[in-house]
Amino acid sequence: MIPHDETMILETPFYSRCLAASEINLWEDWKGYRSPQAYTSVEQEYFAVRSNTGVFDISPMIKYRFTGPDAEAYLNRLVTRDISKLAVDRVAYTVWCDDNGQVMDDGTIFHLGENDYRLCAYARCLDWLMWSAEGFDVTIVDETADIAALAVQGPTSCSVFKNMGFTGIENLKPFGITRYPFEGSEVMISRTGFTGDLGYEIWVDPALAEIFWDKLFEAGKLWGIRAIGSAALDMLRTETGFLQAGVDFIPAEEAIRTGRSRSPFELGLGWLVSFDKPVFNGRKALLKEKKEGSRYAFVYLDVEGNKPAEHAFIYAGDKEVGTVTTAAWCPTAKTNVAFAQVDAKYGKVGQELVAEIYYERELKWTRVMAKCTVIEGAVFNPPRKRQTPAPDF
Amino acid sequence: MTNKYDAIIIGAGHNGLTNGAYLAKAGLNVLVLEKNAYIGGATVSRELYTDWKYSNCSYVCSLLRPEIIRDLELPRHGLQVVPYGGGVTFKENGDYFGNHADHERLLREVARHSKRDASAYERYEADVMKQTRLIRPFLMRTPPDPTSLKPRDLKELAVLAKSFGSMGEEGLADTMRFWTMSIGDFLDEYFESDVIKSHLAGSGIIGTALGVYSPGTAYVLLHHYMGDVDGSVGAWGFARGGMGSVADALSKSFQSFGGTIQCDAEVDQIIVKNGKAKGVALANGNELYADIVVSNLDPKRTFLKIMDEGDLPKDVVTKAKNFKIRGSSGKLNIALDGLPTFTGLPKDSPLCLGEKHFIDSLPRMERAYDDWKAGTWSKDPYVDMLIPTQIDPTMAPPGKHMMSVFVQYAPPKVNGEDWTAEDKAGFEKTVIDQISNYSPDFKDLILHCETRTPKDIEDEVGLTEGNIFMGELTFDQLLFNRPFPGYAQYRGPVKGMYMCSSGSHPGGGVMAAPGANAAREILMDLKLTNTVPGGYDDD
Repeated sequence: MIPHDETMILETPFYSRCLAASEINLWEDWKGYRSPQAYTSVEQEYFAVRSNTGVFDISPMIKYRFTGPDAEAYLNRLVTRDISKLAVDRVAYTVWCDDNGQVMDDGTIFHLGENDYRLCAYARCLDWLMWSAEGFDVTIVDETADIAALAVQGPTSCSVFKNMGFTGIENLKPFGITRYPFEGSEVMISRTGFTGDLGYEIWVDPALAEIFWDKLFEAGKLWGIRAIGSAALDMLRTETGFLQAGVDFIPAEEAIRTGRSRSPFELGLGWLVSFDKPVFNGRKALLKEKKEGSRYAFVYLDVEGNKPAEHAFIYAGDKEVGTVTTAAWCPTAKTNVAFAQVDAKYGKVGQELVAEIYYERELKWTRVMAKCTVIEGAVFNPPRKRQTPAPDF
Repeated sequence: MTNKYDAIIIGAGHNGLTNGAYLAKAGLNVLVLEKNAYIGGATVSRELYTDWKYSNCSYVCSLLRPEIIRDLELPRHGLQVVPYGGGVTFKENGDYFGNHADHERLLREVARHSKRDASAYERYEADVMKQTRLIRPFLMRTPPDPTSLKPRDLKELAVLAKSFGSMGEEGLADTMRFWTMSIGDFLDEYFESDVIKSHLAGSGIIGTALGVYSPGTAYVLLHHYMGDVDGSVGAWGFARGGMGSVADALSKSFQSFGGTIQCDAEVDQIIVKNGKAKGVALANGNELYADIVVSNLDPKRTFLKIMDEGDLPKDVVTKAKNFKIRGSSGKLNIALDGLPTFTGLPKDSPLCLGEKHFIDSLPRMERAYDDWKAGTWSKDPYVDMLIPTQIDPTMAPPGKHMMSVFVQYAPPKVNGEDWTAEDKAGFEKTVIDQISNYSPDFKDLILHCETRTPKDIEDEVGLTEGNIFMGELTFDQLLFNRPFPGYAQYRGPVKGMYMCSSGSHPGGGVMAAPGANAAREILMDLKLTNTVPGGYDDD
């Protein structure tokens, strides 16, 4: 039970361990939970995930459970992807839209059993889920606080789990789900994550959270395990091309100004839209958009030079055609990457654009007009992310 | 198999491969020749003990130009550089100085040894950063010839003059002093604590046959500070999988442009006809032909071993003979059964991830140099020791470790005679004993040790006298003087013959800039489109 009036900010089931691991006490608020921004050094935490194993507490993530005879049919109406194709013990990344075909959020759907699903989301959306449930025999429960979860990511993460006794974990395919007995209960492991590397997410009863953490870190000792904060995670997701709700798009329900929300096509997520399904929220609007064209295109840019194109305007010739939403120098890919929203006609791969970048050195601001090339996608995309059996390191 | 190429590069070290990659990218049919059975030169990982990978020459990465890493897509070809932070110098009295990566934590540690030094440290950092800011833009540029009136030289000289000019009058004076003074004198102007001075002074002597009070060593420190990891100037990292992964990624990039690598192909002679390079003759008697021949060997080896003196102008022979390339360092590569403990330091201290030194004052360091001058290895050496397996899981089995121990000083000959097995054992014992003084369980954890004297490094890698920088990094051999005045623009004395090694500007370390800069000059001579990227701007 979440205490309702004793504290300003909530603690996750792993909080005692996060606190012990935190050397610099740098926290932030994630949907009301105290969440580590960094434990020791952002750089070391980032590289733990690229070279060893990094552990991020994802317990605050919004989680809904769907059960009942119409759970599948309901979800298939809710999201853009065809959920009927999602086998039991598989996970799918998807978006869901409002009636105007505007993205409300992105997230993952876990098919836990027949007509039993979990949805992990960035934003709370119970009200929308309930409205959408009219006419379906489905039970929807907010189980955010009922499940403790960790992302365990990096090239040695499979070795850590093997060392923890999770025999056969190396055979779990990307987006697969498996379960192991744990302390008289069970731990669920999915090969999913937000880092673009080999990695897993674990889902466990909050009562077992601390003991799971302890055993995980004990098993990971020889494999360079380290707790990581959100700052490192942000670098990781940028390098691998993952969008962040609230940063790279405004969830449709939160948008106040007209025209600030985006459709899946406008976020480069058209591949998630399955028009084969006869009905789903936003289908009509999306069909119309597909026929008549989108307003915007989402592009990945390879930016010349080494100055991150943070908040840069994007030009095609002299014409301002868009803005950057995320930008960073990527430490593993050694590339200066940016995500940008541009007018729809400028999104083609290979196209050259210009980023207007401002940066400061000892109180002096400089402007560079950096050449950018529209690229296909993730600049970091190692084979180990896909390999099954998963490699040892 | 053809024996005719557009360009032949001698030596598959990182500069040879970089040079080859840029020439191949421009459309040339390029062959890189390597005398050993494996590529990499001194940028190599070798399994000399089952399941252990040793970076048995170069062992850390910072200077490798990010422009080149990105442009040749080395990450896609498997290169991953992981920075490490921290470092320790152990004191004889049981205490230590910890070079923390976190700035405020570092200042607190400096203050533990001297409050005044903690304040001086910020002045020191700014002053060193002024020098790195000056030099870094020239790494990816060809040095101008100060005696030339060619428009390009005049233009480049103007760039150089402008940069120096921007330092201001006082800054310029400081710069001239910095480039010529000793690291000891330089540090004495900032610090009073012996251990802090000795910790910082190491970078001024690594790879150099000079002592901490020898003029010119302050610049050597700069050479170790001017690299960066992801824009963090002065930071160092490990190449995941060992330094061989740098060469591997470069070779894959080179091959992706259609280049060919031939191992076990020692070059005996560069063939010169009518004053033009025409190809190479291999030690096995085969001849291979190309109008462009690029040597990635050091200047001494290039001009005195694989070229006929009769093909060369006399001044080049003289300059090559006088080129300063003295061996000063050795290496121990050790397989460990577990992580050793160090007196006074918790095993999980972040300081352990970085380099460790066991010499705590400048006078001790100078005495180590005295031994070298006297013709023997230092009895109390300066050691730069790292255990990369704390961060890199790929180089040893889980729970086991690989230790890389750079040792200074070690002479190319012992008392004028070749190294004997006894000498080598004595050298090894000196180093292991020194580390053991600060790590009681170290000796018991040793499973295998590869000891390399300068002679071993010369014999295997081909670096004259085992000098890791392919020529000392003193002002007389830098910029437009590297390797010699008049030959600093990568062009050899014979038409069609070029130099791309660390013996050319901007010098040694796994930087790849000489290889890239040389490619730019070659492509210019061939009137082909330049494929070499320009340098990033810090400002």
